[in-house]
Amino acid sequence: MTAQASPDGVPDDARSVVLARVRAALAGSTGGGTGPSFDHAAPGAPPDAGPFAAGDALPGAPAGPGYLTADDEWETGTTGEALLALLTDRVVDYRATVTRARTAEVPAQLVRLLAGAGRVVVPAGLDPDWVDALRSAGTTVLVDGPDAPLTLADLDSAGAVVTGSRLAVAETGTIVLDGSPDQGRRAVSLVPDHHVCVVRGADVVRGLPAAMARLDVTRPLTWISGPSATSDIELSRVEGVHGPRRLEVVLVVDDDAPGQR
Amino acid sequence: MSALRRPVALGMPGRRADVGHAPGGPALAGGASSPLRGEETFPRAAKRELAKPQLRANLAHATSTIRAKRAAVVGEVPDWEALRDAGAAMKAEAMQRLPELLEELERAVTARGGVVHWARDADEANAIVADLVRATGAREVVKVKSMATQEIGLNEYLDEAGIEALETDLAELIVQLAGDTPSHILVPAIHRSRTEIREIFLEHMAGVDPELTDEPRLLAMAARAYLRERFLRAEVAVSGANFAIAETGTLAVVESEGNGRMCLTLPRTLITVMGIEKVLPRAQDLEVYLQLLPRSSTGERMNPYTSMWTGVTPGDGPQEFHLVLLDNGRTAALADEVGRAALHCIRCSACLNVCPVYERTGGHAYGSVYPGPIGAILTPLLTGAVDHDDPNSSLPYASTLCGACYDVCPVKIDIPSILVHLRTRGVDAGRGGVPAPEAVAMKAAGVVMGSPTAFRAAEAASRAVRVLARDGAVSRLPWPGSLWTASRDLPAPPKEPFRAWWARERGASAAEGGK
Repeated sequence: MTAQASPDGVPDDARSVVLARVRAALAGSTGGGTGPSFDHAAPGAPPDAGPFAAGDALPGAPAGPGYLTADDEWETGTTGEALLALLTDRVVDYRATVTRARTAEVPAQLVRLLAGAGRVVVPAGLDPDWVDALRSAGTTVLVDGPDAPLTLADLDSAGAVVTGSRLAVAETGTIVLDGSPDQGRRAVSLVPDHHVCVVRGADVVRGLPAAMARLDVTRPLTWISGPSATSDIELSRVEGVHGPRRLEVVLVVDDDAPGQR
Repeated sequence: MSALRRPVALGMPGRRADVGHAPGGPALAGGASSPLRGEETFPRAAKRELAKPQLRANLAHATSTIRAKRAAVVGEVPDWEALRDAGAAMKAEAMQRLPELLEELERAVTARGGVVHWARDADEANAIVADLVRATGAREVVKVKSMATQEIGLNEYLDEAGIEALETDLAELIVQLAGDTPSHILVPAIHRSRTEIREIFLEHMAGVDPELTDEPRLLAMAARAYLRERFLRAEVAVSGANFAIAETGTLAVVESEGNGRMCLTLPRTLITVMGIEKVLPRAQDLEVYLQLLPRSSTGERMNPYTSMWTGVTPGDGPQEFHLVLLDNGRTAALADEVGRAALHCIRCSACLNVCPVYERTGGHAYGSVYPGPIGAILTPLLTGAVDHDDPNSSLPYASTLCGACYDVCPVKIDIPSILVHLRTRGVDAGRGGVPAPEAVAMKAAGVVMGSPTAFRAAEAASRAVRVLARDGAVSRLPWPGSLWTASRDLPAPPKEPFRAWWARERGASAAEGGK
């Protein structure tokens, strides 16, 4: 961005002016624009930000920023069936569905869930066994890939979409897609009205801190908690607005200890 | 109404001018009447809004619903208070490091293929957006709900530039179709009941089914059908941002309906307008705010959709991305060491939903796109309102200082203390010149209370007022007492003043005990 100088030599482009105003506003105060950093991994509590000392609210909390982090027993101690049951409870609470399948059962499960769905969109990186099963069942499969992206009209004409997922957060019933080849670009999981999303048991974490530790935020991320919804009419929740009105989660759990990390 | 006829209302010093802004007066930041400033003071606007029983019923219903939902989902978080502390601490850090964080954000966004623009004020931001839209050749844009673009009046500006801006959030669409103004940060149409929304759709929504009922599900379906084709053909979208991450250049938008995903994903060009205070240092900070925001805002464990994007991703989403960094008074707020915490606000609106004043007056009484407790501090801070003639200088009085807003604030903004600070700032700015009637009354009270003889005489005189009392209160005094009783009751004076009672009952023994 080019800085323009006013006649008196002081840059007066918007960038320079706004930054100068910010520096001037902070000039008189403690720190003066170079304050301490909040450390998520620091021992002890965060800097006191109010009349209640940080950390007071959580007796026995371990060293850390005061809240429950990815290393906490709250997170690491919740595994296996307890973790999957929590995820299921929270996803169902949003009026989405959860069905379980072993890896080998996923193709048949997808066929069941998508019976009568019409044309089905899949990202190019989806497990070929799943796609073959759908085709064998007579479903028209539309493959969206970087080399041959579907048009918006194609996506709009499809009855459903199947994707994988990056991870799921049990505590909030949230599934995160990160645009990996089995999940596709963001539009494919948005435009079709019915989203079938496959979540691997090993990708389930309990809370937000553990989820953030696993995610690369520079990938395009879509966090999904139930079907689209609105609270705009009298602040009551109504499911189903612009995003998919049906969300069905297939939770893949084999015998080898679900949720182990 | 002149200041003399009502020197005190809601405990607020009188205005010299109560309607509009005196022409020829000092220039007001944000314009005489703007999205950040109404035409009249809060007490006048509140009086008008309080006369709408349907409004009060709608607000009471909606705010009690959301209060219960919030309380339930906050109650299940074991470390809620620690999260609030962390949220407050990280915002304080971001404010302290704002210059370096903004420059870091700019570098990161640019490195990932985005273009960063800076805007000193609303006009500059609006002009940047309009130029960017014109450059694409588009004549219409789809919009994600955004307080920043509300604040700068972007839709109106684009309209004058011949560009149609279509709001796609359901509540914003209701407000836009009705030609109304928003009255809540999260649910701009909170003042409308389902019956009213049905009527608005039937009257203003092209192609709507005339058999539409007022069932919320069907109303939402009508909005879906109305907007679907517009999403699919949109070439340009305009959004705000809930968070921006300096270290990565990542932007985040938190939403419910999927209209945000549509706007952030389908068009070729995306323009995001963001206040400079939204920047956070690290991606990890989101693990705190994504717990605090949805539970405080809609009372859900998580909102249905959150989108995060970093610059441009080839083959996925908009291939042209512009970020407009907006000041528009934020640096003025930052310069106020007490008031600057108002910039920590993450726009959850929990403080509106618990405020006894907001619940009765609704959002329009505040005259600003930021209503409720947070608006009562943020609006005067952004507009630098200290002048008595500025309607915004009445906003810090739109509170009983009960503190409910502080209790629910997910980033622990001490709104009551900032309200008191802004009242002080206003009173200090008004010192000098002809003393206000309130100051004269206080001075007189000081003289009376400073002299035992004068005080005894005043006590005796007060007993005369008893003849006017009904049910223990005086509702109507003759002038000048009418100035007080016009806005509130006066408790009836006791039959006997305390000192007379004391002297009669305990006079002798008290004197002995005092030895």
